[in-house]
Amino acid sequence: MKKIFGRPKSLTSEKTIYCPGCGHGIAHRLVAEVVDELKIREKTIGIAPVGCAVLAYDYWNFDVTEAAHGRPPAVATGIKRVHPGKVVFTYQGDGDLAAIGTAEIIHSANRGENITVIFINNAVYGMTKGQMAPTTILGQKTTTTRAGRNSQLDGYPIKVCELLSSLEGVVYLERVALDSVPHILKAKQAIKKAFRNQLEQKGFSLVEVLSACPTTWGLSPQESLTWIKEKMIPVFPLGVVKDKA
Amino acid sequence: MAYFPTNMVKKVLMSGNEAAGEAAIRAGCRYYFGYPITPQNQFTEYMSWRMREVGGTFIQSESEIAAINMVFGASAAGARAMTSSSSPGISLKQEGISYLAGCELPAVIVNINRAGPGLGDVTPAQSDYFQATRGGGHGDYRTITLGPSSIQEIFDLVYLAFDLADKYRNPALILADGLIAQVMEPVKLKKQKKRLPKKPWALTGCKGRNPNSIKSLFLTPGVLETHNWKLAAKYKKIEERETRYETFGDGDSDFFLVAYGSCARIVKEAVIEGRKEGMKLGLFRPISLWPFPYEPLAKLAEKGKKFLVVEMNLGQMLDDVKIAIGNRAKISFYGRPGGGIPTPKEILKEIKKR
Repeated sequence: MKKIFGRPKSLTSEKTIYCPGCGHGIAHRLVAEVVDELKIREKTIGIAPVGCAVLAYDYWNFDVTEAAHGRPPAVATGIKRVHPGKVVFTYQGDGDLAAIGTAEIIHSANRGENITVIFINNAVYGMTKGQMAPTTILGQKTTTTRAGRNSQLDGYPIKVCELLSSLEGVVYLERVALDSVPHILKAKQAIKKAFRNQLEQKGFSLVEVLSACPTTWGLSPQESLTWIKEKMIPVFPLGVVKDKA
Repeated sequence: MAYFPTNMVKKVLMSGNEAAGEAAIRAGCRYYFGYPITPQNQFTEYMSWRMREVGGTFIQSESEIAAINMVFGASAAGARAMTSSSSPGISLKQEGISYLAGCELPAVIVNINRAGPGLGDVTPAQSDYFQATRGGGHGDYRTITLGPSSIQEIFDLVYLAFDLADKYRNPALILADGLIAQVMEPVKLKKQKKRLPKKPWALTGCKGRNPNSIKSLFLTPGVLETHNWKLAAKYKKIEERETRYETFGDGDSDFFLVAYGSCARIVKEAVIEGRKEGMKLGLFRPISLWPFPYEPLAKLAEKGKKFLVVEMNLGQMLDDVKIAIGNRAKISFYGRPGGGIPTPKEILKEIKKR
């Protein structure tokens, strides 16, 4: 009998800690499928973030390190400079990348580090149970914006791809979403391109992935997908933001 | 052509900043990440051209935080890596140093200490002794801390620190100040290290082996406690094997001065002068500040009647001297905080008072 579906070699059989409907499982799998398809599992080094995905080193079947909150791009820089021939990527959430680690992402992008960044934007702090993220949209209720994010008091959601697009060192920026099968397939193509750019020595690539956090959003998994489509995508439009590759 | 080849071992005139940098290169370090801060700027500047000259990597990072995390990455990847800074910058690196200790990653960090607290002053000081020897960042850990008192010694200790860091998979710190960093003295260089220890735990891509992971997070109850006990056993081993100190004077000494680093140089002058005047003075100089040489100092307390601790701070190593000696001898303290540098004359006057 022909096997038509299975677990990618780059994923372990470890059960994840993720809630039902969480986007991390899909995003992890997309990365694993891409790593398998590019046949780079034995030369890939990943950097797991602080947040729900902190245990990613248990889920991916290749070399992975943890990093302090916000610092994965600096850690990736150190690894990549030691192993320029290996494939180095960071997997970061919105608090990690766009709040505490803003300096690290901007400067590693500006140095044009030949790394790949998978940026999971779920508009909320998941692991700490639902506080405002730098990407929380206006009006969105979180445990630290109980009346909804108010631009006068809490500022505006940061559009990371647009923010990074002016930097000369950046080669490729694309925003994708995990709210539907066509979008998930598109997300995989973007992730694959971001890895391929690195293999082809093209430079810094980042894919922003709009992803669901049903538990902290207070929605069902199904409602969460609708929320991505109706609330997030209008604020964070999908598509290629920059492509010099 | 290289400015001078790394197999050249003759004596050269160097500042402490340059000597520390050259020592790192000769110890096999090819990855330096740093951010400018006085009084260690010549260190970063030296590495900026010297690293690239020897085929290494130099990155002027966006912050001290980024620099220590680049060190984390390079170390996780199996390389000898380092950063340098001065007190306020070292405070920023403490989170990263804690992660290095938790993940058991080797690294060398040079602190060209300045006076604090806060922005303080760039003048020589020893105000970071507690921070260096008590762990510095969050969590229950230790960093190997070495305190050079000459330019030759900062060269030798940086060279040694890389070996210690690798041997024990632990961060190692050099604690010096502007006096050591900026003064120039002749330095006998050591040869380029060629054979570096193998690191099967490093992240190199999992070709032909199971994946490696590097982490300090242990969520299963009891696992972190076990990890901490493992670290404790390592610290004990370091305490047993890596204590370094120097004594100066004669067997006849009945008054010992205890000082480290640049301050010990000044104190040594006072001891020499005092002995000329007929005083039976001796100097005990800890070289490893952690592990602190408690036992040799305690043994001295059996012979020495009086101890005077001299530091360029409000009295920090003083705590360690008290731990070593307890009530067995009289201990007094003379300190100059905030960048004040004592003179040998001043110290002699203090000795005569006691």
